[in-house]
Formats: sequence, structure tokens, C-alpha cells
Amino acid sequence: MLTLFLIFWPLVATLVLFILRPDEAKRWALAASLLEMALCLTMTFAFDASRTAQFVVDQPWVASLGINFHAGIDGITLLLVLLTTVLTPLIILSSFKQNYENAPSFYGLVLFMEMALVGVFCALDGFLFYIFWEMALIPIYFICLRWGGVNRGPVTLKFFIYTLAGSLIMLVGLLYLYYHTPGDHSFDIKALYAAGHSLSPAEQGIIFWALFAAFAVKMPIFPFHTWQPDTYHTAPTPGTMLLAGIMLKMGIYGVIRWLIPVVPEGVEKWGSTVLTLSVIGIVYASFLAILQKDLKRLIAYSSIAHVGLIAAGIFTLNKVGMQGAMVQMISHGIVIVGLFYIIDIIVARTATQEMANLGGIRLSAPRFNTAFIIILLGSVALPLTSGFVGEFLLINAVFQYHFVTGAFAALTMILGAVYMLRSFQITMLGENNATTKVFSDLDRKEKWVLYPVVTLVLLIGIFPGPLLNISAVAVDDLLTIVMNYQAGIGH
Amino acid sequence: MNSVFVLSGLGIFSLLAEIFNAKRFLFPVVVLGLVASALLLMADWNQGTAHYSNMLTFDNYAVAFSMTLSLIAALWFLMSKDYFADHAHTTDHFSLVLFAVIGAMFMVSYTNLAMLFLGIEVLSISLYVLAGSSFGDIFSNEASFKYFLMGSFATGFLLFGIALIYGVTASFDLHVIAAHISAGTGDKTTWLYAGILLLIVGLGFKISAVPFHFWAPDVYEGAPTVITAFMSTIVKIAAFAGFYRLFSICFATVSGEWTDVVQVLAILTLLVSNITAVYQHSVKRMLAYSSVSHAGYLLISLLALNTISASAILYYAVAYALATITAFTVLHNIEADDENAVIDSFNGLVKRNPYLAFCMAIAMLSLAGIPPLAGFFAKYYMFTVAFKSGYIALVVLAVVTSLIGIYYYFRIIIAMYLKSTEKTGAIRVPLRHSVIFAITLLLIVIFGVFPELLVGLV
Repeated sequence: MLTLFLIFWPLVATLVLFILRPDEAKRWALAASLLEMALCLTMTFAFDASRTAQFVVDQPWVASLGINFHAGIDGITLLLVLLTTVLTPLIILSSFKQNYENAPSFYGLVLFMEMALVGVFCALDGFLFYIFWEMALIPIYFICLRWGGVNRGPVTLKFFIYTLAGSLIMLVGLLYLYYHTPGDHSFDIKALYAAGHSLSPAEQGIIFWALFAAFAVKMPIFPFHTWQPDTYHTAPTPGTMLLAGIMLKMGIYGVIRWLIPVVPEGVEKWGSTVLTLSVIGIVYASFLAILQKDLKRLIAYSSIAHVGLIAAGIFTLNKVGMQGAMVQMISHGIVIVGLFYIIDIIVARTATQEMANLGGIRLSAPRFNTAFIIILLGSVALPLTSGFVGEFLLINAVFQYHFVTGAFAALTMILGAVYMLRSFQITMLGENNATTKVFSDLDRKEKWVLYPVVTLVLLIGIFPGPLLNISAVAVDDLLTIVMNYQAGIGH
Repeated sequence: MNSVFVLSGLGIFSLLAEIFNAKRFLFPVVVLGLVASALLLMADWNQGTAHYSNMLTFDNYAVAFSMTLSLIAALWFLMSKDYFADHAHTTDHFSLVLFAVIGAMFMVSYTNLAMLFLGIEVLSISLYVLAGSSFGDIFSNEASFKYFLMGSFATGFLLFGIALIYGVTASFDLHVIAAHISAGTGDKTTWLYAGILLLIVGLGFKISAVPFHFWAPDVYEGAPTVITAFMSTIVKIAAFAGFYRLFSICFATVSGEWTDVVQVLAILTLLVSNITAVYQHSVKRMLAYSSVSHAGYLLISLLALNTISASAILYYAVAYALATITAFTVLHNIEADDENAVIDSFNGLVKRNPYLAFCMAIAMLSLAGIPPLAGFFAKYYMFTVAFKSGYIALVVLAVVTSLIGIYYYFRIIIAMYLKSTEKTGAIRVPLRHSVIFAITLLLIVIFGVFPELLVGLV
């Protein structure tokens, strides 16, 4: 019951939004998302970390086709739902200073998106998963189309067609699995796992790519990333935050829940390829990030690099890597929302996101400077910040997998430090210029967004234990499925 | 069956309405009559009664499609009332449309080839007149003439096919034909296959499958918008349902002999229509090609021909008709000040009437097959049908073409939400149209979220 409420409360809130007066939209959206967060926190306290799926709902939906409304929450899901429900109020709050034209539609789309995201993470039925997966695409498309920047028509259409192409290929893959489930066929996750395990290695390889197409585009993994920098750049800041902070985790989550346990043989066969692609992506994106002059694009490329490392860690298929991926997903989500908000503040004050036009902001805005540097250190994975825990575990896992690959993956820390510190140096340090001289420090609304972000970055860095505990059992469970399969076929 | 009587009565009533000066009541009577006819059909559910020595059989398939046709026709009347008001012969046109609906009902409920032919002719002859009903407009006349010529030609093929089938089996009755074919046709088999092929050509023309589609864009564009809406919903559904009924009852046992032909038709239809639609500027032409492409998705179910085909067709037809009626109603409003709308006519619609833009967006999203709208489940269901019979490659093709579909459906969405326009006047939407939108949008969402309401009905 709680799960149903958790998924559909944002939808109810969206509908209420259209009854209210337009100028109340902001406040209602914030209140609704805070309520959602409170609900999720309550569930976290009620959550039993020693068991897998809890709060399960399983209702027949399209019974004749074996489709059920089957949703539940285990450790992996809980972390991602926590991320979604904590970030959404921050994202809504961060947009308070903007007066978006047609605010009810804007906040309605954000809340609708929250519903779809929570749904994706909770779904335990292949069809349900697919529906939520696609539904998450519609609101973000309209957010980017209506409130985005220059050239948004072609950019958003490319984004849409790209991601939808991936999703549709995944749909074919899911259908293929569905028709290999026994009896009257079912989309239940356990049935799909069994169906995947019954396939021949060659078939598993094909299904691997069919499913991975959707996940790779969403993350995005090199070379499926070409839509990403333009879209991040064009989207309005809340849209970019949703895309980078939460939506790309859909892809990673998909790999963890809907790819690795479904076709272990396919993962075994192609995992090293994907791992190599991820590491290429890390290096490639890091170098491009170093070359960027535009702050938003720099962060976009840095995001590709970080996601590459997460993907690499997952495909090592060991527990350390998986756990690292979980923590790093949370950390990356929080940090990137903080960074995009920093850029948003800079753009609002100076009307530019070109680094060359900035400099010396530190002198006029010390609080802003402190917040920026803490979030930035979270991004470059300094010890005692949230980024360190995840990246350390991930790189550790990749090293165990293969030394040379690990060495390249570790470059992400060094190169990350290069481009992030360089951007900080250019924008914040040095001499004032005419625009930055009058840069005012954080005001109350901005503090309400940045201080929680800063707190979370430090908190997770210092006490990562609870996060790791929450996901431990669920990760073990997934890896057991893979190991049982491998034991079954005599590896 | 009673609904056929009701509709015939309505048709005659509207013919006489001019004489008895009852024109004022005509519109409400017709709309209520269509709704009543849909309700009457419910009495036939699970009865499967045959009428007139097996000419018509109202089995569940027939009832479900007839109900769909009646209700869509009622929506259509709500949409096009003003078109009739602007033209002198309201009563004649009302009766023509009503008789066309009766023809369509015959086409979904026949169990005798003679009734199929009769249904198609009743429907088509009414449409030839309706397509040309904008007398002053040369394009409307052209559309009518083109439709008539091509239509008669196709009818020729159809008749020839029927004649050959009769020659082989000595019957027009579908079940007798089916029994005869499964018992083996001996040395007349060649004539049977020739007959089936000719039927595919004739019916392929009616559902505008590629390569028999060339008339469709011209006729759709030339005919008045409301008539185009009629053609792309009621006519399309009836023609396809008739096509499927004939082939699933009579020729299922020899499906190996004709599925290759249908597969070629399906592939061509999916590819050609979707690619051509990308290059259209006129919205009506774009919708025409889109309607051709949906025939392609429907053909998949005919090809797969398994236990869930019929239900997939019903679901698809309903989802498609709801979205199409919505799209045409919006188009009709746009064209109030801009006859023959191009995609640019939708520019900045969100500023002029956000409600209208929203309706159009939902219609386009549903046609493009985006969840949780009905159009998505329709496509998804089609894919499962194809998968079930092992047509995996065809599913992959259909996936690719639906991606192409996104491109042209989204052009309208982008025009509405992104482009700006010099036109400032807000567009006023009549109450009737708001009623249509409320009904169709609600149904699109409800059927999308609860597909079980329609799945497995037939």
C-alpha cells in the first residue's frame, strides 16, 4: 500500500496543481515533494535491511497477457528512491527564483516525472518497468522543449528519438524474454530471469544488446552519448538537474536489476566490451571536459566520465564494485545538482556561463565560494566527501578486475581534479572584473538549496556506513542469482 | 441487428426531415440514435444470432466493431455539425452518412460474401458523394472523382475474386467456403488462390495498403476535413475489420499460401507511408499517410492470425480512432480561419489556445505510441501478436517505423509549443468540440492505463 502511495502521490499532486491558482503552483509543488520525501524517509526507517523486496504490491493488471502491477522496494531501490525524493524538493526549490511562464504546467511536469522515476525504481514487472521508463521521458521532453534555451527544437527531438530508439529496442528484448517464459507467459521479474537463463549463450548475447541499448543511451555510455552535452546545455536548469541527477541513474539501475541477473551469460560475454567502452568514455569525456569553455558543458562531460566509472564498476560483477556504484550514484546525483545550481546562480548574476568572462568571485561572495568548493571536492572525490567512498570502491573493483583497465579508470580522479579545479580557479580565483565585482553572496533561498547539498556531501563522506548497509543484502542477492546460474552451467 | 433497423430508420427520417420541417430536431435525434444503436447492440452480446439465412451474424466480433463504429459516428456528428450547417442540403448529407455507417456495419458483421459486397458499395457510394460535397471547391470534386474511379476499379477486383471463390466452392457463405477449403479443393486450387489474391487487391485498396494507397493522400487532402475524418476512422476500421473477418474465417487453413503476399504489403505499407509522411507539409496529407501507416500495423495482426489477433485489431482500431477524431477536431478548429492547414498553421497554438494544443499533443503522442496512452498499448499488443506467431523481424521493422513516426507527429508538437506566430486571435472552441475532447482524451488515458477493458473482448 505504501509503495502505491509513494509512486502515485506525485501524480495526485500534479492533478491538484491544476485546480490551484497559478501563483500557488510553486509552493504546492514544493509541499507535495516534501511530503513525498517524508513518506520515503518513513519507509526507510521501517525498512528491514536484512531482507530483500519489502512493501510489495502485486495486483493483476492485464491478467490475460501475464502483466501484473508488481512493485516493491529492496535496498537498491530504496537508495535510488531516496535520491529521487530528496533531490526533487531541492530541484523545485532551486527554481523558485525563476518565474517560469505557465508555472502549473512546469511544476506539474516535474512532479509527473518524479512519479515515473519512483515507478521505474520500484517496478518488479517487466511491462510496468517499461511503462514507467517511457513515461519518464515525456515530462522531461516537454520541460526542455518549452522552457529550454536556444536551438531547443532540434536538440530535444534528437534526445527524444535517441532515447526512444533505445527503449523500443529494449521492448523487443523484453518481449522476446516474455515469450520464453513458461506456461501462459508472464512479465514477472522472476519469470523473466528464468526465461533469460534458459536462453542459449548466443541468444543471451543478442538480448544483452537489446536491453543494454536502452540503458546505454540513458546513462549515457560512450559512444551512445552524443545527445547528452547538447541536451544538458539547452535544457532549463531544473531539467538538467533531473536529467543528470536522477534520470541517468535509471540507466545504471536498469543494468543492475534488468540486465545482469537476466542474461548472465550475455554479460559474461560482452561485459568486458562494455567495460572497455566505459573506460574509453572516462578518458575521452575527461579530456573533452578539460577543453570546454562553457561551464554547463564542462559539467555535462564530467558526468559522462563519472557514469563511465560507475558502469565499469558494475560490469566487474563483484560486490565491491556494485556497492561502490550504489554510493557513487547517490553522491553523483547530489553533487551534480549542486554544481548545476552553482552554475545557475552564476548565470543569473552575470548572464554568462563562459568561464573566460568570470573570475574573482571569491572576493565578493565568500559563502558562495565555500559551498562551491565543498561540492567541487565532492566531485573530485577528496577523502571525507561523498565522492571519495564511491570512487574508491569502484576503482578498487576495476583494479581487481584488470590492472591496466584499473589504471585508466583511475585517471578519472586525476583528470577530474584537473578540469574541476581549473574551472574553479578561472571562475572564483584571480582578479575581479566588472561583472564579478558586484557578485552578491548567497541569499536565503539559495542557502536553502546549497546548504542541504553541502551537508549531504560531507555527511555521506564521513558516515557512508548506513548507505552501504541498506544496499548490501540486495546486492548480495543479485550476485547470488548470477553465481547460481554460473554454477548451474558448470563455470 | 436492431441497431441496423434504428440506423436505417434514422437515415430515412433525415431524408424526410426536410419535408416535415423537422430539421431542428435532426442533429440531437441522430446523435442520440447512434448512441441508442450502440446500446441496442449490447443485447446481441454473446448471442451470435445469424440473420436472413446467414447473411449477417452478430457474433461478438461484429457487435464489438459495430458498437465502436456507432460511437465513433456519434462523435463524428458532434464534430462536424457546423460543416452541415454551412451547406444547403443538411438532410441529404445526414442520411448519406447514416447509410454509410450501416454499410460499415454490414462490413463487420457479414457471413456472406454478397453482404460484404453490399456493405462496401453502400459505404463507398455514400462516400463518393460526400467527398465531393463541397460543391464549389474544385479539389473536393477532384477527390470525389478520383475516389470514384479508383474505388470502382477496386470493386471490380473484389467482385472477380468473389466470383472465383464462388466458382471453386459453389457458395457465398463464409462457413461453407471455409468447410469446403479445409476439405480440400482438388484441381480447382489454382482458382482459389487466384481468387484470394484478387480479394487481397480489392480489400488492400479499401484499407489503402501500399501499393494500393495512391488515391488516399489526394482524396484525403481534397475532401472536406470532416469527410476526411470520417474516411480515416469509420471507413478504415470497417474495411480492415471486414478484411480480417473474411480471411480469418475462410482462408485461415490455407494461410501459408497468402501470408507472403500480405507480409510484402505490410512491410511496404509500414516503410513507404512512414517515410513519405515525413516530407508532408499539409497536415491533412500527413494524417493521410499516418492513416496508411496504421493500416500497416493492422496488417501485422492479419498476418499473425492467432488467437489474440482479433482482440488486438479491436484495441488498435479503438485507440487509433479516438486519437484520430481528436486530431481532426483540432484541425477542424484550426481551419476555421485557415483552410488547408499546413504544419506551420499550428505554430504558437499554445499561446492562442493552450487547451487545444494540449488535446492535439495527446492525440499525436497516442498516435506515436507513447505510454501510458492507448496508442502505446495498441502498438505493444500488435507486437505481442506478431511475436506469438514468430514474426520477430517484422516487429523490429515496426519498431523502426514507429520511430520514424515520432518524427512527423512531433513536428506538430514542436510547432505548437516552440514556434511563434503573428496570429494573435484566440481560437474559440465550440462546446460540442469540448465534449468530444473530454470524451476522447479520457478514453485514451483510461484504455491506455486499463487495457484489460478491451483486451480479450473478442
